[in-house]
Amino acid sequence: MSATAAQAPQSARPPRPSQRQRAFADRTRGRVRRRRVANTAMTVVLGVAAIVATLPLIFILWHLVREGATALSLDFFTQMPKPVGEAGGGLANAIVGTLILIGIAMAIGLPVGVGAGLYLAEYRRSPLATAVRFLSDVLNGLPSIVMGIFAWQFLVRPVGHFSAVAGGVALAAMMIPMVTRTTEEMVRIVPVALREAALALGYARWRTSITVVLRTATAGIVTGALVAIARIAGETAPLLFTAFGNQFWSVRVNEPIAALPLQIFNYAVSPYDEWHALAWAGALVLIILVFLISLAARFATRARFGGMGD
Amino acid sequence: MTPADIVDVEQEEEGFAARLSGANIGDRAYRIAITLFAVCVPMLLLLVAWEIGVAAWPAFREFGAGFLASSTWDPVRGIFGAAPAIYGTIVSSILALLIATPLALGVALFLSELAPPWLRQPVAFLVDLLAAIPSVVYGLWGIFVLLPLLREYVMPFFRDTLHLGATPLFSGPAYGPSMLAAGVILAIMVLPYISSVSREVLLAVPRSQREAALALGATRWEAIRGAVLPYARSGILGGVILGLGRALGETMAVTMLIGNKHDISASLLAPGYTMASLIANEFAEATGDLHLSALMAVGFTLFTLTLVVNAIARWLVWRVTRGAGVAR
Amino acid sequence: MPTRAAPAPAREVRTRVAVRSLDAFFAEVHAIKNVSLAFEDRSVTAIIGPSGCGKSTFLRCLNRMHETIPGARVSGSVELDGTDIYAKRSNPIRVRQHIGMVFQRPSPFPTMSVRDNVAAGLRILSKRPARKETDAIVERALRRAALWDEVADRLDSSALGLSGGQQQRLCIARALATEPGVLLLDEPTASLDPLSTQRVEELLYELRKDMTVVIVTHNMQQAARVSDTTAFFLSGELVESAPTRVMFTTPADPRTEAYITGRFG
Repeated sequence: MSATAAQAPQSARPPRPSQRQRAFADRTRGRVRRRRVANTAMTVVLGVAAIVATLPLIFILWHLVREGATALSLDFFTQMPKPVGEAGGGLANAIVGTLILIGIAMAIGLPVGVGAGLYLAEYRRSPLATAVRFLSDVLNGLPSIVMGIFAWQFLVRPVGHFSAVAGGVALAAMMIPMVTRTTEEMVRIVPVALREAALALGYARWRTSITVVLRTATAGIVTGALVAIARIAGETAPLLFTAFGNQFWSVRVNEPIAALPLQIFNYAVSPYDEWHALAWAGALVLIILVFLISLAARFATRARFGGMGD
Repeated sequence: MTPADIVDVEQEEEGFAARLSGANIGDRAYRIAITLFAVCVPMLLLLVAWEIGVAAWPAFREFGAGFLASSTWDPVRGIFGAAPAIYGTIVSSILALLIATPLALGVALFLSELAPPWLRQPVAFLVDLLAAIPSVVYGLWGIFVLLPLLREYVMPFFRDTLHLGATPLFSGPAYGPSMLAAGVILAIMVLPYISSVSREVLLAVPRSQREAALALGATRWEAIRGAVLPYARSGILGGVILGLGRALGETMAVTMLIGNKHDISASLLAPGYTMASLIANEFAEATGDLHLSALMAVGFTLFTLTLVVNAIARWLVWRVTRGAGVAR
Repeated sequence: MPTRAAPAPAREVRTRVAVRSLDAFFAEVHAIKNVSLAFEDRSVTAIIGPSGCGKSTFLRCLNRMHETIPGARVSGSVELDGTDIYAKRSNPIRVRQHIGMVFQRPSPFPTMSVRDNVAAGLRILSKRPARKETDAIVERALRRAALWDEVADRLDSSALGLSGGQQQRLCIARALATEPGVLLLDEPTASLDPLSTQRVEELLYELRKDMTVVIVTHNMQQAARVSDTTAFFLSGELVESAPTRVMFTTPADPRTEAYITGRFG
């Protein structure tokens, strides 16, 4: 028997790992490496996802600018559409038509939306408020084509002709739930202290609500309204059978009226190249319009933000 | 101004007359006004349901529940069945979700967990901007950019390169307008909604969850998978269903890309119809009252479907944000 | 702090506000229990007590603000110059126009200028003053609130541009513009820095020359500095009311003594 290290407990060398211990260490090392690889892989995957998700937007904007800018000219804003075959022409009537439709929608949608929002903010927990909040969300999620056929049945069928009013009503129906919710939110954040200060001065409740609360919340309400307008400015489906479109110049609310999204649609599905070019130009103008309105919304918050700041 | 005029001397009677003082009239008028405006909301919804329902009734009465199951759509013979449209709506929407959800979730996770702070705002802004683009612009881009892309590269890729042409999913001629095209454009349109809801939900997961997992030695990804995602699961699901609700009702882009054919086909490369695009396409030229009523009936079905789906989505999101991640 | 001269014999001590058997409720919660108290003309009364004792609630009963909370109600009477503000035929709006109130947190109307803030109470008077007269009233109110010198050159700028202490004095000016006979202040300096606090206390001392001032405060030193009379509330009851000097040296009730010496609070 040799005097081996196995009998020397005070040996300086660490015990050699057993077979089993060695196998475990190998497996763990492999596992750790696999986990690290998986982590890196997922990071890459997520980064790729982020890139892929932003690609379509860049693509679309690029095409819009490329195709649309070439067809854009001063004529576009001042001329009426020309018959097929003739070069040139513009979409002046469609641009004006869109503005008129937005105006009608605002005239109906803003009072109802702001009023309903005020109600929700002041009678927060009443059964009607709960119902309105829920149903407002339901309305918000309805497809715009449904609003279109509703307006057709309600306003076009009985009178036998298309009209700008019908289109405006369909758009207003889409605006109302949006404006209601944003108004409620903006009014709710007005501090109670302001209301109390007004009441203590001898203001009646209604006067407090209007001259103090509403006035303080105005900037936010305007922002919400502008966001809603940006949404409806681009809608086509509700207008298909209400405003219907008009190749001639018309600003009468009781007649069919042209609208930018409608024209884009009609031109896009047509077989004529000149019209395709106009469609791109129209799309570019539409996007810019929606953009400008959204920008105005952000600006409205900032400009009069002295309403809530400290 | 003496304190004596705090008493309205003109009002000798108590009760009703006293309540009619100036301020009270103002308060009442204000209250009535805003209540009326508030009532407009449920009234509007009821009006919409009523008008469409009334117009749809003749078709439902004529065809019964079979309307939803029948595939025949023949304006000449006056027989209408919405099955292809319903099928197309569901298939295109599900396809859209299959494409969009992983991407949206990926973006949301990237933004909430991995992105450096300076990258967050711009990327989030770009993704959210997708939601601002009007449907008709998507359709325009789809016709002139996406369809050629699909027709010349993607579809041949699936059919020939991957040899999937024999499978039912990719069989038949591929001219461009198809369920696949509709699914892809819907995916792009729905992506920002799922992404933004997911982002919100992920941010609502308390830091402590992540930190606990990391402290135990988990890698970043393991912490996400094990600690963050389970928490956010039902909220993300709510976002997905919200996206579904959007996809179901999309009209213009789909009309321009799906081919508008009353067909139920297993192939993604074949044209089809959705409820929304059917209405958009045929409404203006409807022949006869029954045709019109059939289209209204399709509209009513769409109305009901989106109503139910959106209610479910709202309920799910509400559940999560209310008890922000109640531990299971 | 200037010492108070002994009252001249010609000066009559008359009660401005008389509270009799006042009870106040939040739905079923009995917050103020059978309180009777009188406030003299041209004096400052401080109301002290631990938090939750009902001092703010009591104050708000004096100008019918308590009832603006849903479910809240009041019984008993509060007589302003002999007229019960809770009489059936009393108009709460008019009551509040006769009694001014300043709250703990300065709350100027954010969308209005300094001038419009001060004039806010004037706009709703049945006899609304003309523009020129309004400007004169605004200046007088700002002078009484010791703010005129600081804002005279920026009357039309936003009220939010002022500092916290200035905003609170602006709220005081706003309350004074309608020349109420009674001014109620609910912990007016609680959110102010010491310098602003001192300014406000000084102006209260001036105001008592022609008004009845009631101030709720959780700061006993402030009560001792500012008031002629002090009332101690506990759990909704009026424990004791006495001239300030008496209250802080020889209080009658042991509970008062316990509170004042800091045994609870």
